[in-house]
Amino acid sequence: MKKILFICAALSITSVMLIGLFVFIEGYPIFTKVGFFNFVFGQKWSPSDNLYGIFPMICGTLATTLGALILGVPLSIFTAIFLSEYAPKKAERLITPAVELLAGIPSVIYGLFGMTMLVPLIREFQKAHPSTNQIQSGYSVLAASIILAIMISPTIINMAKDALKSVPNDFKEGSLSLGATKWQTTWHITLPAAKSGIIAGTVLGMGRAIGETMAVIMVAGNTVKFPDSIFSPIRTLTGNIAIEMAYAEAGTHTQALFGTGIILFIMIILTNIFASRIYRKDAAAK
Amino acid sequence: MKPKTVENIMKIVLWTSGLATIAVLLMILAYIVSRGIGKLSVDFLTQSPRRMGMEGGVYPAIVGTVYFTLLTIAMAAPLGIAAAVYLTEYSKETFLVKSIRFGNDMLSAVPSIVFGLFGFAFFVTRLKSVTGGWSILSGALTGMLMILPVIIRNAEEAIKTVPREYKEASLALGATKEQTLIHVTLPTAMPGILTGVILGIGRIIGETAAFLLTLGGSILLPTSVFDPARTLAMHIYITAMEVGAMDMAFSAATVLIAVVLILNLLAHGISNRYSRFSSR
Repeated sequence: MKKILFICAALSITSVMLIGLFVFIEGYPIFTKVGFFNFVFGQKWSPSDNLYGIFPMICGTLATTLGALILGVPLSIFTAIFLSEYAPKKAERLITPAVELLAGIPSVIYGLFGMTMLVPLIREFQKAHPSTNQIQSGYSVLAASIILAIMISPTIINMAKDALKSVPNDFKEGSLSLGATKWQTTWHITLPAAKSGIIAGTVLGMGRAIGETMAVIMVAGNTVKFPDSIFSPIRTLTGNIAIEMAYAEAGTHTQALFGTGIILFIMIILTNIFASRIYRKDAAAK
Repeated sequence: MKPKTVENIMKIVLWTSGLATIAVLLMILAYIVSRGIGKLSVDFLTQSPRRMGMEGGVYPAIVGTVYFTLLTIAMAAPLGIAAAVYLTEYSKETFLVKSIRFGNDMLSAVPSIVFGLFGFAFFVTRLKSVTGGWSILSGALTGMLMILPVIIRNAEEAIKTVPREYKEASLALGATKEQTLIHVTLPTAMPGILTGVILGIGRIIGETAAFLLTLGGSILLPTSVFDPARTLAMHIYITAMEVGAMDMAFSAATVLIAVVLILNLLAHGISNRYSRFSSR
């Protein structure tokens, strides 16, 4: 009995290793064919010309992720502060399920919303404010960042809220009894005490933004191109795999897509190890 | 600025961000539903798509979603619950158990497209003779790995909250450890376990990227687990991005939103009832 249960429990770690191993085996040949450096820092992606450089896609992923963090983090932290410190019970009872539901909405729905609502809005804005040699399609870093900001907010809100709520009441009461206002207490006492939980939540949200596929493909335009403004269409690492896998022929092209997967896998695992480090340090300190 | 003024400004900022969350949610839902509800009808749910999904309904996608979800859960739930039982009842905090937990965390962090790549390389290509290549089975095996962490984590939490007295009373009456587990611990923890399973179903139903590479995306009605199929979420993506039939995509999205809402309510109902029981 115990052995069977153990096998089931070991399945998750075995599968992480298997996933890493398989993606690596399938993708490794691309590193020997074009060279690791040329693959990661190559500027041109053109499978028909046998050119496999994913640097524009890495930049695309970083640009949309950064945008999502800039837009999403402040609002998420404010919402978390509101929920843990300021909200009356009634407001909390409304907002908490809303956050849960935001986390549960499928990414294609976000994508559909983005491509039919956000992208046309951005296109109108571009047409009203024409700039030099920009493609005025609306599919852009900006659209992807806004959608991702909404998608990662539940992760950040929940982690930050838990961190804020676990700050001992004595800390806050001490500050309040010294005559500090509620916001002064929140800003100088509660937030610093909850710092590592908030950062860990942000890093996890970042991981989600890096790994998101469908919503991003539907709004980013998917042109392989360096992002030079928030209005430029880009392709992300995840988008590269999802779009080209359907028609890639077995051989170098498929290997290059698996190679893209290796880079993505490494980015995500590093992000998460970083997050759990911060979190564990925090737990140990308490 | 005076502290009192800052306090008031921040109050407004915080209320605004809190309410913005609800506003964003309602805006997205209202927008999708208002554009999708017009074409929604019984025919839409029970007919097959015509002209690649430009017309007709979503029946095969609904059938595909149901078959596929049932198969995934049938594999993932027993494995996940067994894993949780091992982690809570049969093990100590050894290095091995810590690595299993760590593996679980990592598994839940792997992006869905990487699950797709793995499923494609392993289940679709290597195990083609068993799974039939792109098929419901290949997709379900991939999906199983994706939702294992959710099911394990929820089941673990649920089993941990079963009061010790329950188990001790059972053991004191002479029941074996296995009997106690099956007749006392698991039934008491069932609501929490079910919540995890429902969350898993939600994830499977909403997921697209991984299944684009493993499920095949066939528009035809699947007849066995070795047939390719498409889920509702995949159908939305394909009709919106490849066929360009936005009306159909919106209607399918409305159906999907309804399913997600129902699952959410279900999970809530279960955990509410559960917390009422445990507080008594």
